Amino acid sequence: MNMIFFLIGCSILLALLFLAAFFWASKTGQHDDTYTPSVRILFDDELMAPEAEKPIDQAIEKRDEDHT
Amino acid sequence: MLQENSVLIKQHCFHCGENMADEFFLSDDKKFCCLGCRTVYDLLSKHNLSNYYAYNDVPGQTQRSNIHHFEYLDVKEISAQLVDYEDERRTIITLYIPAIHCSSCIWLLENLYQLQPAVLQSRIDFLKKQVSITFRNQEISLREVAELLAAIGYPPLINAQDTGKTNSGNNTERSLITKIAVAGFCFGNVMLLSFPDYFGLGDFEREFSRFFGWLNLAFSLPIILYSGTGYFISAWNNLKARRLNLDFPLALGIAVMFVRSVYEIVWETGAGFVDTLCGLVFFLLIGRWMQQRTFHHISFERDYRSYFPVAVTTIKGNKEIAKPLGDLKTGDRIMVRSMEIIPADAILLKGEAEIDFSFVTGEAEPIKKVLGEIVYAGGRQLAGALEMEVIKPVSQSYLTRLWNNDAFVKPKNNIKTFSDTVSRYFSIALLAIAIGAALFWLPTDLHKSIASFTAVLIIACPCALALSSPFTLAAAISIFDKSGFYVKNTSVVEELARIDTFVFDKTGTITSPDAASLIFSGMVNEEQKQLISDLSRNSGHPLSRELSKHLNKASIYSVDSYTEKIGRGVSGRVNGNYVKLGSSAFLGLPLINSPENSTVHVMINDQYLGYFMLKQQWRKGFKELTLKLGTWADLHLLSGDKPADKRNLIPFFSDSANLHFEQSPQQKLDYILQLQKNGRKVLMLGDGLNDSGALKQSDLGIAVTDNVNNFTPGCDGVLDGAGFHKIPQFLQQARDSVKVIHMSFGISLCYNAVGLFFAVQGQLSPLIAAILMPLSTITIISFTTIAVRAFARKNKLL
Repeated sequence: MNMIFFLIGCSILLALLFLAAFFWASKTGQHDDTYTPSVRILFDDELMAPEAEKPIDQAIEKRDEDHT
Repeated sequence: MLQENSVLIKQHCFHCGENMADEFFLSDDKKFCCLGCRTVYDLLSKHNLSNYYAYNDVPGQTQRSNIHHFEYLDVKEISAQLVDYEDERRTIITLYIPAIHCSSCIWLLENLYQLQPAVLQSRIDFLKKQVSITFRNQEISLREVAELLAAIGYPPLINAQDTGKTNSGNNTERSLITKIAVAGFCFGNVMLLSFPDYFGLGDFEREFSRFFGWLNLAFSLPIILYSGTGYFISAWNNLKARRLNLDFPLALGIAVMFVRSVYEIVWETGAGFVDTLCGLVFFLLIGRWMQQRTFHHISFERDYRSYFPVAVTTIKGNKEIAKPLGDLKTGDRIMVRSMEIIPADAILLKGEAEIDFSFVTGEAEPIKKVLGEIVYAGGRQLAGALEMEVIKPVSQSYLTRLWNNDAFVKPKNNIKTFSDTVSRYFSIALLAIAIGAALFWLPTDLHKSIASFTAVLIIACPCALALSSPFTLAAAISIFDKSGFYVKNTSVVEELARIDTFVFDKTGTITSPDAASLIFSGMVNEEQKQLISDLSRNSGHPLSRELSKHLNKASIYSVDSYTEKIGRGVSGRVNGNYVKLGSSAFLGLPLINSPENSTVHVMINDQYLGYFMLKQQWRKGFKELTLKLGTWADLHLLSGDKPADKRNLIPFFSDSANLHFEQSPQQKLDYILQLQKNGRKVLMLGDGLNDSGALKQSDLGIAVTDNVNNFTPGCDGVLDGAGFHKIPQFLQQARDSVKVIHMSFGISLCYNAVGLFFAVQGQLSPLIAAILMPLSTITIISFTTIAVRAFARKNKLL
C-alpha cells in the first residue's frame, strides 16, 4: 500500500504541471480574447499556403502578364 | 422569383449594402453606391482579397464620407504616446476601429500583410474592436498604416484620451483568474484527499489519514496566503472604517476554519475543514469574477478628451503643422476642416462657419458665426474649412472648464446595495449566536464550547449569501446587454430598481437624430416637387439634403445658373423655371409669422408656394414609454434648446411645470441636485457634453446613443437608441432582480439555519460542512439564473 504515496505524489505533480500550463496561457494573454479565435479558425487558409507567401509580387507578375 | 432576386441585388451596393442612389459606380459588373466603396473593392480584388465578400454579404460600410486626416501621426511626440512598443525595426500599435462588425472584417484585417508587406502581423480583438498591428517602421510609417486602414474602409478612431493609455484593467482581471485557478486546483486535490476520510478509514489505513491531513494543510496554504487574501484585506479596511460588510463574516469564517483545521490535523483529533475552506474561497472568487466580468467593452470613464481629436492642424506661415491638443497655445492659428471639432475657444478669421453645437448646448440647429466672432470649443464645423486664432488653451476653454467643475471631480457616492445593508445585521447576529453557543457549553464542557463557537462561524459563513447578489445581477446585466442596454457594473441594476424620478434631455435623447421629418405647408404639384428636388440636390446644406431625401425623386433635369448663399438659400434655373429655396430673407419675403423651426421657403417663377418645415421626430415608442413610466415615477425634461417644441411635449408629461428649456449645463446639474435634495432618486437620460454634468450628478446617468462607439460622456450606463422604448421593461426587470436577490437570501438563510442546528450542539462534522456548503452554493447559482431569466421572459426582454 505504500505505493499510494508514490501515486499521489505523481498525480499532484501532474496537476501542478497543468496549473503551470494555465499560468503560462494566462500570462501570454490567451484568455484576453476568447471570441475572435472561434471565428478565425473557420477561415479557409488557401491564401496562407506557401506559394502565396509573396502575394503582392505574384499579383503584380500576374497583372503584368495579363497586360502583355 | 429569380428575377426578383436580381432586382434586389441591383439596388444595393455590393460593398456596403446601402440603397443605391440613381447614379452608381461600376467595377467588374458589380455596382457600388459611391466611389469610396468601389475603390475599396478594386484595392481588395487587385490583391486577391475578394474572399472578403465571400464570408458575408455586403461586409463593408459606406465610404461616402471618407475624408480622414492622419498627418498628425507623423509628429513624433504624438505617435510615441500611441504605440505599445517600438524599437529600431518594429512598431506595435493597438488601434480602435469602430467599423469592425463581422467575420469578413477579421479576415481582411488579419490579412493586411497581403496588402502591405511591411505589416508583419495584425491581430483582431473582435469584442474590443481593436486591431494590434506589428509593422516594420523602416518601410512604412504609422501614418501610412492608418491611411491604409482608412483606404480599405476601416479608419482607426484615435482621440485624445488614447494618449497615455494604461492596461491596468486587464491586469486585475488576470490576477483574479490566476487566483481562481489556484483555488480550483487546491479545492480539487483537497476534495480527492478528503474522500477517504468521509467514507471512513479502516484501522490499518490510519497512517494515510495523517499523510492526507498534512497534504490537505499544505494545499490550504496557497488559499490562505494567496487566493483568499482579498477578503482579509477588505474586512480589515472595513473594520477600520467602522463598517461591517459581508467580507467580515467571510474572512472570520476562513480564518476560523484554517485555525481549527490546523489544530485538528496537528493534534490528530479530526480531519479538519480544509475541503470546505478551499471550496468556499473557490466559489467566492467565481462570484467576484461574475461581478467584475464585463460583457462588452464600452468605456464609462470618458472625459472631454475622448471627444477631442489627438492633434490640431496649425498654420505657421504657409505651412500646416500638426500639433498635439495639449500644446495648443493662445495666439496659435488653427485650421478646422469640415466635420471637425473646434478644439479650443477661438476667433473666426476665415471661412463660412456653420457650427453644430447640439452636443455642447443641446441646440438642434446649426449656428452661423461671422468673421471676428468668438467660437467656443466643442462645436462641429459643418460647412467648409475655417481658419481661427486660439484665444484660450484647451484646458481653460469654456467647455473643459465645466468638466473641471466639482461635480466631475468628486467621486460618485457609492451605491448602497442590499447585501451591504443585510450583512451588518447578519454579522452581528452571527457573532451573537456563536458567543451564545460558547457560553451555553462553557460551564459543562470547555472543549465543546470551543467546538460549537468555531462550528457556528464555519457553517454560517455566508457563501451562498455572498453569491446571490453577483449571480442575480450578472444574469440581469447579460439580459440588458442583449437589448442594447450596457451598464457599468452590477450595482447599477439595484439602483435602477429604486429610481422614482426620470429626467430626459431633449435633443438626441427623446428625439431621434436621423428621423427628422419635413412637413410642407402650402401647395405644390408633382412637377414642382421634381424641380425642387433637382435644385436642392446640388447643395450640401443639411436642410437641402434632408429635402431631397424627403422628396425622394430621381434626378431628371440639370440646373443652370446655380447659385448658393451658404446657410441662406439656393437658386437656379431648372427646366426653364426659376426656382428659389431658402430662408424668408433670402427669398425677399416679408418676415412672415413662420414657426421657429428650420424652414425652407419655396418660390418658383417668383410665385411663393409655401414652406417646408423640419420637425424633430420622437424616438419610437416615446409616447407609450411616458405613459407607462408616468404611473411609476415623475418625469422631467431639461433641454438646452429653445422652447419651440414645448407645445408638442406637454401631452407627454403629466406636469407641464416639469418642462424646462434653454438650460445651461450648469443649470441642468443644479436642477438634478435640487431634486436629490428633495429626496428623489434621479435617473438622467442624456446624450452629449451638455448634460455630462447632470449625468454625473444624478443617481444614475444613462447616455442614449445611436452609435455605441461614438463619444458618450462619463456615465453609469449606455443605452442604444434602438432599445429606448424598452426603458419601462428594464426598470421592471431591475425591480424583479432585486426580488430574486431577496428570495435567494431567504434560501441561503435556510441553509444556514440547518447548519447552525448542528453547529450550536458542537456536533458539526467536516462531512456535513462539505456537503452543505457546495449544495447551498449550487442551489443559489441555479435559482438566481433561472429566476432572472423567467422574469426576463415575463418582461419580454428575452
